[in-house]
This record gives sequence, structure tokens and C-alpha cells, in this order.
Amino acid sequence: MKEIETFERSQIRDEIPQFAPGDTVKVTVEVSEAMGTGEKRTVRKRTQVFQGLVIRRHGSGARETFTVRKMSFGVGVERTFPVHSPTIKEITVVSEGDVRRAKLYYIRDKVGKAARVKKKKLS
Amino acid sequence: MGKAIIGEKLGMSQVFTEDEVVPVTVLKAGPCVVTQVKNEKKDGYRALQLGYGEMKPERVNLPMKGHLKKSNSTPRVLVEVPLEPGEEYSPGKKVTVAIFEEGDRADVTGISKGKGFAGVVKRWGFSGGPASHGSRFHRAPGAIGQCATPSRVFKGRKMPGRMGGERVTALNLLVVRVDRDKNLLMVKGSVPGPHGSIVIVRESVKGKAGKGRR
Repeated sequence: MKEIETFERSQIRDEIPQFAPGDTVKVTVEVSEAMGTGEKRTVRKRTQVFQGLVIRRHGSGARETFTVRKMSFGVGVERTFPVHSPTIKEITVVSEGDVRRAKLYYIRDKVGKAARVKKKKLS
Repeated sequence: MGKAIIGEKLGMSQVFTEDEVVPVTVLKAGPCVVTQVKNEKKDGYRALQLGYGEMKPERVNLPMKGHLKKSNSTPRVLVEVPLEPGEEYSPGKKVTVAIFEEGDRADVTGISKGKGFAGVVKRWGFSGGPASHGSRFHRAPGAIGQCATPSRVFKGRKMPGRMGGERVTALNLLVVRVDRDKNLLMVKGSVPGPHGSIVIVRESVKGKAGKGRR
């Protein structure tokens, strides 16, 4: 068991910034697209940006994940990323939110103005 | 020797590869000692006996002491693996995880977790009946045969009974990581048995290395 813990600790990326549910983050992810099959198969890599509200952080250590929610053309889109995955190129915190719970699932049922999160006041 | 090593199941974890998260089982494998080399002349077949683990020397009984004298070791587990023609081994030689490389395919054998006396739904995957609406038929096996002919139940009928605790082999698992310093082997997917149980890792009988996706 100790060996597993050490191994998982070695996978943790320490350059990940601190962020919490309620914050708005910009996640830059690398996606690879495979084209064709067999001999002609080529893998192209490009980066994608996903910006939205962090509604949950789940798990611990190298296995931790977080879910970002955004509205895309009027439809709510949620994406879950592993925090320590090497495909995540960058996480930038756009703004910090002031929330009173750890999981912001209630936001899914809110529309328009009600679906906002208070900005954190600098103290 | 076809690649084979004895180890211990430590538990499961995950590994990040380039673009995906791979679920792995972490095994502590080896170093194993060759305790006996069986040959055609004396034993009628060629095989290698490997030993794994450590036992306190005072716990080893006399017959075992004699058997292990040549290899000068006190292993806890002994397992026999077939020896391919043309290979020479001598007692006392060490076998480590280095025989496996990342990208190899391996078969992992272990003793599955004991499930106790299990019903037919869990043991054989029977569908069972509806849970509600007064069906009065839930997890029972149902009919187990015919009537006056043959007036007996055929052999091999799937019935409740002891489940698990038997030898199971997980086939064709991808070797994701090999840690030579810590004697760790990480294979993709699950492996039979509880944490801490003894497993045998062998070269896959199905997929040869290099074939498949990676």
C-alpha cells in the first residue's frame, strides 16, 4: 500500500494553482484527434479552452478531479477533468467566488441571473 | 523459461499516459529465486521451481531446508513454471521484474476472493424475478428439470453454492509500468484476489508483445 501511495504522489503536479468550487477558471486542454485508420492513421494535437464555473472537486491526491460548468448557446455543458492529468496545459483562475457549499449542484436548476455566484470580496 | 514471476497484489491505482488515464493493478513481483531445476532425466519433464518471499530461517522445517539448500534461500511460496527447450538455469539464480517490459502482454493468475455460499443470481447471473407487484418470485432458481422423464436432475445444473476462492487467470493484460528499483509491476485492469494475495505473472498465451494497440 505504501508503494501505491508513493507512486501516486509522484504523479501529482505541484504547479497547479489553488482553486475551489465557485471560482471561474479557464482550462487549457490538449486533445488528440486521430484521422484515418491503419497506415494512414495520423494523430493531430490541438489545444482547447474551456472556461466556466467550478462546481465540484472530487477525490484526493493524484486521483482528484474537478468539474467545470458553462453555458454554451443556451445549453449547460459540464466537463470533468483530472486535476493532475498531463493533458491539462494550464489552469488559470479568472475570478474567485464566494460560496457556502462544496458542491454547487443547485446551479443546474437556476437560470439567468440566479445562476450566478457572488464574487469574493478582497479583505 | 517463458517469462514468469511470482508476486503479490498490492492494490489498484491509475497511471496517466499521454492522453488518457489508465486503471492499473499494482503488483509487487519478485525477486524470485530458482529453487529447483527439473529435468527430463530425473523428473520426466523440464520445469523451473521459483520461490518468492521470505520466511524466518527457524520456521523452515528440515525437509524444506534440505530442498532449499542448493538455492540457499528461505522463500515463503514455491511455484513451478515450464522451462523452454535450450534454456539453462541453476538453483540460486534470481528472477526480477526486469524480464517484463512496458508494452508486454501478461496473464495474471491468483486465487479469487471468496464469496461464501452464493445464490444463483450472484453465482451464475440468473435474472431473478420482479421485485414487486406481488410476484412472490425474487431470487430463486426456478425450475431445475423436467418430470417423470428423466425423473432426476441432470449433472451440472447451475445451483447455489460456494463461490470464489478458486484459481482464476486474468488473460492478456497490458504491462503499463515496470519499476525495477522497487520491484513493482503495473498491469492494466483488475487482477483476481484480495490485496496481499499471491499472484503468478506469466507471459501472455494470447497476445504477443508489440501486437495490439500499443
